[in-house]
Amino acid sequence: MMPKFVLLWTDSTVWALVAFVIGYAVMVARSPNLKASWRKVFRDAPALCSSLILAMCMLVTMADSVHYRPALKAAAGSPAGSVAYDTVTKSGLDYLLSDLVASREVTYSRPLDYLSYRRDTVTINGQPQRVSPRLLHGGAHLSDPEHQWSSDLLSRGGTGLALGLLLAVAGALALFGLLARARHAGFVDTAASVWRNEGEIPWRAALWTLVIVATLTGIVISLMGAYHVFGTDTTGNDVLYQALKSIRTAFVIGSLSTIATLPLAVVLGIMAGYFRGWVDEVIQYFYTVLSSVPNILLIAACVLMVQVFLDKHPDMFETGVERADVKLFLLCTVLGLTGWAGLCRLLRAETMKLRELDYVQAANAFGVGPWRIMARHVFPNVAHLMLIVTVLDFSSLILYEAVLSYVGVGVDPSMNSFGGMINLARKEMSLDPVVWWSFAAAFGFMVTVVLAVNLFADGVRDAFDPRARAFRPRLAITRRPAAQK
Amino acid sequence: MFSYLVRRCLYGALILLGVNLLTFFLFFTVNTPDDMARLNIGGKHITQDLIDKWKVERGYDKPLYVNEAKQGAERLTDTIFWERSVSLFELRFGRADAESAGDIGPEVSRRMWVSVQLALPLFVLQVIASTAFALLLVMFRHTRLDFWGVVACVLMLSISSLFYIIVGQFLFSRLLRIAPISGYVPGWDVAKFLVLPIVLSLLARLGTEARLYRAMFLEEIGKDYVRTARAKGLSETVVLFRHVLRNALLPIVTSAGSYLPYVFLGSLVFESFFGLPGLGAYVIDAITKQDFAVVRTMVFVGSLLYIATFVLIDVAYTWVDPRVRLA
Repeated sequence: MMPKFVLLWTDSTVWALVAFVIGYAVMVARSPNLKASWRKVFRDAPALCSSLILAMCMLVTMADSVHYRPALKAAAGSPAGSVAYDTVTKSGLDYLLSDLVASREVTYSRPLDYLSYRRDTVTINGQPQRVSPRLLHGGAHLSDPEHQWSSDLLSRGGTGLALGLLLAVAGALALFGLLARARHAGFVDTAASVWRNEGEIPWRAALWTLVIVATLTGIVISLMGAYHVFGTDTTGNDVLYQALKSIRTAFVIGSLSTIATLPLAVVLGIMAGYFRGWVDEVIQYFYTVLSSVPNILLIAACVLMVQVFLDKHPDMFETGVERADVKLFLLCTVLGLTGWAGLCRLLRAETMKLRELDYVQAANAFGVGPWRIMARHVFPNVAHLMLIVTVLDFSSLILYEAVLSYVGVGVDPSMNSFGGMINLARKEMSLDPVVWWSFAAAFGFMVTVVLAVNLFADGVRDAFDPRARAFRPRLAITRRPAAQK
Repeated sequence: MFSYLVRRCLYGALILLGVNLLTFFLFFTVNTPDDMARLNIGGKHITQDLIDKWKVERGYDKPLYVNEAKQGAERLTDTIFWERSVSLFELRFGRADAESAGDIGPEVSRRMWVSVQLALPLFVLQVIASTAFALLLVMFRHTRLDFWGVVACVLMLSISSLFYIIVGQFLFSRLLRIAPISGYVPGWDVAKFLVLPIVLSLLARLGTEARLYRAMFLEEIGKDYVRTARAKGLSETVVLFRHVLRNALLPIVTSAGSYLPYVFLGSLVFESFFGLPGLGAYVIDAITKQDFAVVRTMVFVGSLLYIATFVLIDVAYTWVDPRVRLA
């Protein structure tokens, strides 16, 4: 039976965003200027490598943004043709990881372990003893775990490693082939030149990233079916699954919130800079008021109001996931509506400079109306600022989510997020023995994502803002030995 | 100078009025006092009588903006909006929404000192540490030290401050037992409770700040007066400390100063993690208890601090840079 597809609020925005990115890519391919700037971004090795990682996160986000409610088997006596749907909304990622969702333990368990964290008192030979029971799913296939465990781990891990390497080699070969075609050079020559790190784009670094990512993914996937790679949390849920789900939350918050700032910031910023006079005064007053409330307090106040509103209308949503999703969507809107002051100020200053330039004056003399000038002549010339601020804000918003969740105004507790994981970890770190894996997983995933976003943002800023490039740390001696050839 | 200050303060008051209007709209129009009453009384059997009683106790039993029943000026003054606004500007904060909690005013003034104990040393040390680290990187620019220093900065700023706290508490309090996990005592003994939050907070912000200051220094270093100074035969150290540092102070004052009110914000998390009974912990408590009166007051106090800071920064400009004249 066909499941019923559910389009959540954030899903539709995620897909709209994907469509926009594709559209923008087409635009970049057509415009020589933009193309040159983006080439500069990818000439930067850290930016290129992190874009690979971000692409992977984006794939996870997209898989997690298709939601459906599975159809239930028709109950006896129900009229023919009527289909009942499950009350649980699942996502594409849940479907892919259905093994992980199903393999729920009783409570904590260490990463890759076959014994439970908890100890039970069992009577053995008339003597009460404290032993850890076997896990329900983790390592359940082992008949004699004490002897088989390490060899099983090694063989599974080895298989995963080999598969991952194979995938990476296939990717490398495909890249060589494509490059060889584009450069009209021989396959071996191309591979050799990539190996020597010649050429404009640092493909070698990208390949190393691919190798690392592919082998890690391969190992994790091959172990995932039989063990809990990152252990389980207090209710026995797999931590790896939670971390993967958190990626979507982080991405949605990072992207939606920055996008939500754009309309107000762009329209008001350009208007203030272009019209000046009382318009400028009013707009300045608005954003000064907004930015003089400490950000976190304003967000807390808005989110509390949203919460009260949702509590008042509990029947608006059919499932818990839908409710949590609306909350996430509103949180992003709140973050956007409270965070536009900085970009607005920047755009206002830039527009003030631009409006005095000759081409704007010329357009004015030709009788072009102010709105048209702003849209056609000013906006395209401040668009790079928008891009830079958007990518720079992205990572700080991901970090912010953790703080907001701690304060209690973040995402819904039922929704997986890095902030939620850290919150639980606070209690777990004081247990004895320490439950560190949930915290470590959240740390690893979050730092990887945020670091990748930061490095990518730096690349974008350096490419689009020539002034910023001077501040890049450079090694005077080791810089570009190949350039002398 | 004096007339400038007066003008700035008047504008600040205007901004504060706007903040007040905004928060009132958020807290009373988006959700009516009836909703708040229902939320606070809790339970299933809420009668209109109970709600009315709750509203009378807190003075929420009037119309929001315009009182149609009154004549003349009282049409505007005998409303919740007027009374709440006037009492906020007089710094009378009234009582908290929750039944058990008392008046907000004394609580705020008592907790403010705890917050200042944490925030002030932190702020001073923060500026010193970040400037020193940035200067070190700039001194050794184009070397491995600079390169890896910036790499470390980027890595550090990619880590959530919550990680610093949790790892720090685990490492220093639980494993090494150097500092107490959390707590507070009045008097000088408080120092031992403050060391860990201050050090961790320093670390958490060091990456962001040092990278920013480094860029500021490098921008100054490219300027003509630096070349002149070098051409005179001054040593690099003298150039850096006597010329570049002084001129870079202006952007540093701006950026550090804009962080001043956020010291109060940043310590929100740190205070609650380390059990310090400051304003930040107060806000978090209020949010978890959904005590709107407290949150609303704190929004007001926060903006007041923010606006005051910006007037102070303007004054600091004249001190740092004699070219800036306030007129």
